[in-house]
Amino acid sequence: MSMAAPSESSNAGLGLQQRRPHALGERFISILLMTAAALSVVTTFAIVLSLAGDTVAFFREVSVIEYLTGTLWTPLFSNPRFGIWPLITATFMTSAIAMLVAVPFGLAIAVYLSEFASLRARSLIKPLLEVLAGIPTVVYGYFALTAVTPFLRGFIPEIKSFNSLSAGLVMGVMIIPIVASLTEDAFNAVPRGLREGAYGLGAMRHEVALRVVFPAALSGVAAALLLALSRAVGETMIVALAAGQNPTFTLDPLVPVSTMTAYIVQVSLGDTPYGSIGYKTIFAVGATLFIITFAINFGSTLIVRRFRERYD
Amino acid sequence: MPVLINVTQKERETEPISEEMGVVDRANVVLETQRLSVFYGNFKAIHDVNLSFQKNKITALIGPSGCGKSTLLRALNRMNELVPSARAEGAVLYRGHNLYAPNVDPVEVRRRIGMVFQKPNPFPKSIYENIAFGLRINGWKGSKAEMDDIVERSLRRAALWDEVKDKLKQLGTSLSGGQQQRLCIARAIAVEPEVILMDEPCSALDPIATLKIEELMIELVKQYTIIIVTHNMQQAARVSDYTAMMMMRPDRSGEVIEFDTTETIFTKPKDKRTEDYVSGRFG
Amino acid sequence: MATSEIRRNFAPAEDMSFDAIQGSRRLKGMLLVAFSILALAVGVGMVLTLLIDVLVRGLPWLDWQFLTSFDSRFPERAGILAAMVGTALTIVITVIVSLPVGIMSAIYLEEYARDNWFTRLIEINIANLAAVPSIIYGLLGLAVFVRFFGLNRSILAGGLTLALLVLPIIIVVSREAIRSVPNGIRQAAYGIGATQWQTVWHQVLPVALPGILTGNILAASRAIGETAPLVTLGALTFIPFLPKDLLDRFTVLPIVIFNWSSKPQREFHDVAAAAIIVLLGILLLINLLAIVLRQRLRKQF
Ligand SMILES: Nc1ncnc2c1ncn2[C@@H]1O[C@H](COP(=O)(O)OP(=O)(O)OP(=O)(O)O)[C@@H](O)[C@H]1O
Ligand SMILES: [Mg+2]
Repeated sequence: MSMAAPSESSNAGLGLQQRRPHALGERFISILLMTAAALSVVTTFAIVLSLAGDTVAFFREVSVIEYLTGTLWTPLFSNPRFGIWPLITATFMTSAIAMLVAVPFGLAIAVYLSEFASLRARSLIKPLLEVLAGIPTVVYGYFALTAVTPFLRGFIPEIKSFNSLSAGLVMGVMIIPIVASLTEDAFNAVPRGLREGAYGLGAMRHEVALRVVFPAALSGVAAALLLALSRAVGETMIVALAAGQNPTFTLDPLVPVSTMTAYIVQVSLGDTPYGSIGYKTIFAVGATLFIITFAINFGSTLIVRRFRERYD
Repeated sequence: MPVLINVTQKERETEPISEEMGVVDRANVVLETQRLSVFYGNFKAIHDVNLSFQKNKITALIGPSGCGKSTLLRALNRMNELVPSARAEGAVLYRGHNLYAPNVDPVEVRRRIGMVFQKPNPFPKSIYENIAFGLRINGWKGSKAEMDDIVERSLRRAALWDEVKDKLKQLGTSLSGGQQQRLCIARAIAVEPEVILMDEPCSALDPIATLKIEELMIELVKQYTIIIVTHNMQQAARVSDYTAMMMMRPDRSGEVIEFDTTETIFTKPKDKRTEDYVSGRFG
Repeated sequence: MATSEIRRNFAPAEDMSFDAIQGSRRLKGMLLVAFSILALAVGVGMVLTLLIDVLVRGLPWLDWQFLTSFDSRFPERAGILAAMVGTALTIVITVIVSLPVGIMSAIYLEEYARDNWFTRLIEINIANLAAVPSIIYGLLGLAVFVRFFGLNRSILAGGLTLALLVLPIIIVVSREAIRSVPNGIRQAAYGIGATQWQTVWHQVLPVALPGILTGNILAASRAIGETAPLVTLGALTFIPFLPKDLLDRFTVLPIVIFNWSSKPQREFHDVAAAAIIVLLGILLLINLLAIVLRQRLRKQF
C-alpha cells in the first residue's frame, strides 16, 4: 500500500505515527478485557463438563432406559432403583401450582402497571415488587413450612406436614414479581401508535389493554412465562423445606414428594463420599435439570427472536 | 481498519476539483481529500470527494440533509472509525501526509484536527477539568500554574472567560447551551489543534448564542483553520471564505457538486442545483 | 355495509351528549383493575404476614447471646456467630472476584466488542448463564473448585462459586449503566485525541459508576441470600467454630436458617425466625446503602 503523495516516509516529522508505549498499553488492555468477557464462555463449558463427567460415570452403572422410564427412585437403598419420574412429577407439580398462582396475578399486575397505573402508583409498586423479589428463597421456604402448611391444615385436615401444595403456592408468590416485571417489559415493547390508534377509536383502557396490547405482546408474554417456569423448575429451597424429600410417584398435592432440586440437597446434606453412586446421582439429576431448564430457556429465546422479526 | 486504495499515477491525473477551478492557493492548503469515499457497510455515503482546505480560512460544507456532510467531516479526523461498519477509501492529506496511511495513529490525528459537535457535549466535570483533560491525556506535564494559565487562555480565546472565571469548579454541564458550546470550543483549542471541525455547532443554540459563536469563529480563524457544516445559509454566507456544495447522487451517496469562494457560490453559482439550494428553493 | 346501516348502530347524530360510557363496558375495566389490586394485595399481604410472623416468633430470641454464640443442639444456646462470619467472608471473596471480572466484561462488550460471532457467542452465553438454576452452580463448584482445584468444601470454594453465579447479573447491570452514558461524552473525548482506554477510564466509567455500583450491591445481596449452591457444594450446617483461614470449612446464614427450619422442634423454628430477622436486616441495610450511594453519586445531567 502506498500513496503517490510524499507521505509515508516522512510523516515521522509530523509525529502522526503511533506512540509506541500507549499503543502497546491499549492493546494489552483490550486483550485483558476480552479475556474477562470470555470467562463466561469458560463457565458454560465448565458447567457442561462437570455435569457430563459424573453423569457418564453414572450411566456406566445404571441403564439409561431404567433412568428415563422407571417410576421408583431409591438410589440409596440396599436394593437401589433409579427411575427419575418421581422427581420429575414432583418438580412439575410444584412448578404448575406456582404458575397457577403467578401467571394470573403477575399478568394482572403487569397490565395494571403498563396501562393503568399513574406515575405515583408505579413509583410505589415497582420498589414493592423489587422487595418481594429480593427476599431469599430460604425465607419463603421457612414460611411455607412453618406458617402456610399449618394454615392450610385448617381447611384441609388431611394435608401432610410436607406437601407440594404449600410449597407451590409460596413459590407462586415468590415468582409473581418475575412474571410481572418480565411481562411488563413485553407490554412496554408494544408501539405507542397501536395504543393511540385504539384510543382514537374510542376504546377504553381495559379494552386497549386486553384487545390491543395483550395480543400484540403475546409472544413476549409467552417468552416471559417460560423464563418464570424455568425459575420455578430450578427453585430449590422452598421445595426442599416444604415439599419434603420422599420420592413418591404421585400427583397428589397433599403428600410429601421430592423434586429434582430437593433430592440434590438431600444427598448433599448427607455424607456421600466422592465416587459413590449416590454422589453420581446428583450429577445425573443435575444434568437432567440443566437440560430441562435449558430447553425451556431456549424455547423462550426462540419466541423472543420471532417476536422481534414481527416488529421490524 | 480503513482501507486505502492505491492511487495510481493514472488516477492522479484526474485533478482534484479545487485545483481544477483554481480557487485555492495551493501553497496554503492544510488539509486535502483525494478521491475520498466513505462506506457504512455496503452503503457508500460519500463518493470520490476531492477538496482542499486553506489555512486560516473557514470552509463551509452545505447541502441537503443526508448528503454526507457529517460523514465527510468526520472522515477528516478519522472520527468515522468509531462507527464499526464505517470504512474509508482514498486519502486525506494533512500537510501532504496521508492520514489513512497504516502507521498513522487516529488518536494523534484527532489531537491535531479537533472537533466541535452539533449538541454541546461538555464532560460532566468541572469547567476547569473540561479543559485540562485534553492536555493531561496528551501527556502534558507542567505545573499547576501553567495549567491555570492555559485554561484561562483557552477560555479567553473562546470568549467565555468573563462569564465563568468565578465558577471554574462548577460542572461544565451546568452552563447554558451557548456557554456549553463555547466551553467545547475552548476544550478543543486547549490542545492546540491546527484544524477545527465543526458539525452544525449552532443548531442547538438561540440566535444570540449563535451570533457569539460566529464572532468567535471569525476571531479564531486567524490562528486556526476551520471547516464547518451548516444548514444555515446566512451563516455560511456570513462566516465562511469557501463553500463546498454537496448533493446526493441517484445511488444516495453524496458528492461535492461545486466548490468555490463563498461569494461565488452565493452570487453566481455554476450549478443550477447550487443556485436552487442557496436561494432556498430546494431541500 | 352501507353507511346508513352502520350509523344506525350508534347514537343519532343530533345526540350531542358526551355522557359517560355504558355501565357494563365500564364495569369490565373496573373488574380488571380490582383484580390487579387484589393480586398486589395477595403478594404484599403474604410477605407482610411473613414479616410479622417472623418478627413475633424471632424477636424474643434475638439478643446479644444469639449473635455471639456458635450453633448448639439446644435452641436456647444456639447462635449465629459462625454463620455471620461465614457469610461475610464468602461475600467478600465473591465481590472481589466477580466485580472486576464483571465490570471488565461489561466494558469489553459495550465499548470494545465488534459485532462478530465471538461477541454474539459471549452475549448468548451470558443470557443463558443468567437463567441456569443456582443449584447447578453448586454442582459446578463441587466438581471444579472443591474437587478439581482441591479447595475442599471451603470458604474460598464457596465464594468463587457464588462469584460465577452473580457474574451474569453484574455484567448485565454494568452494561446497562455504561450504555446509558451519553455518546456525546465519548465523541468529545475522542475528538480531542483521547485513546479508547483514556475515554473509558476518565469519562465513561465515572459517569457509569453510580449505576454500576448500585447494580453490583444488589447482585451481592442476591449472593448473600443464596442457599442452594452452597448446600450442594457441601458447606456444613453445623459449625461450632470460627474459620482459621479461607480454606477452612464454613457455614452461612441462609444455611443455618435452612437447618433450623427443617428440625422438628418448634423452638428451632423460632430461632430460625431470629436468624431470618438478622438476614433480612442485613439485606435491608445493603439496599439502603445502594439507594444512598446512588443518590450521592448521581451526576447532574
Ligand atoms: N452510523 C451510520 N451507519 C450507517 N449509515 C449512516 C451512519 N451515519 C450516517 N449514515 C448514512 O450516511 C448518509 C450520510 O449521512 P450524514 O450524517 O453524513 O448526512 P448529513 O449530510 O450530515 O445529514 P444532516 O444534514 O441531516 O446532518 C445518510 O444516508 C445516513 O443514513
Ligand atoms: Mg450531519
